[in-house]
Amino acid sequence: MSQPLRVGAILPTRTYRVTRADLVRYAGVSGDLNPIHWSDRMATSIGLPGVIAHGMLTMAFAGRAVTDWVADPAAVEEYGVRFSKPVVVPDDDTGTEVTVDGVVKRELEDGRVQVDLTVRSGGVKVLGQARAIVRTS
Amino acid sequence: MPLDSSFAGRTLSSETPYEVGREKIREFADAIGDPNPAYRDPEAAKAFGHRDVIAPPTFPVVFTFAAGRPLLAEMGIELSRIVHGDQCFRYARPIHPGDVLGCGVSIESVRSLAGNDIVVMRTDVTAEDGEHVLTTWSTLVIR
Repeated sequence: MSQPLRVGAILPTRTYRVTRADLVRYAGVSGDLNPIHWSDRMATSIGLPGVIAHGMLTMAFAGRAVTDWVADPAAVEEYGVRFSKPVVVPDDDTGTEVTVDGVVKRELEDGRVQVDLTVRSGGVKVLGQARAIVRTS
Repeated sequence: MPLDSSFAGRTLSSETPYEVGREKIREFADAIGDPNPAYRDPEAAKAFGHRDVIAPPTFPVVFTFAAGRPLLAEMGIELSRIVHGDQCFRYARPIHPGDVLGCGVSIESVRSLAGNDIVVMRTDVTAEDGEHVLTTWSTLVIR
């Protein structure tokens, strides 16, 4: 644990870059071949602005802010998010950035805490109700 | 056309269990860009008291997604119309290489909201000996 554990403790800000190539790789490895993650034609046909990142990839980025902070990833007992806004990934070499901030929101029984995460892309919050329950002892 | 709400309560057990591979865990960790040694190096994982490397928290999507597919197909839901709404994992124990995992999938609810269908799918993941490993809930928005 990199910081003393108390309500209000801040997790280090994390920034991740995601490109179309990352989406292709994640699609192949995860088995989520939904074309909205690789075809602009399919993405726009259902009203999206273009190809979007897999929500589960964004969720993995956000989760890493927690697992890096607690050291043992298995200390995460519960982890949930709402995919409130799409992470649009342009068809270029630089892609887009996802930024993750976290704060210890409250203490629970048995040495567990609730960590709330704020996840943004292009300055817009892309996840809602992103929180993890973490065992700290 | 809205989905028939009578799909709620429908269940499915995965026919083929999923065997977790060491290289699959590594590959997944690479795909999410996470260099954590607990996903790759048994000694690093043992330092945390685990018997072997562990899988990242979102790894279960690799097999729970596939387990739920037949149920969604049965409901007439096309992959390209699905937008992931919510996702929650509740873990009972970490996943290790060699785990042989089965999925019990159930449709918890089907409702309509602002012209979209909202489907909540629950997946209970168990080991070969029946030990509960984790439960996931996915809310899917059908556009």
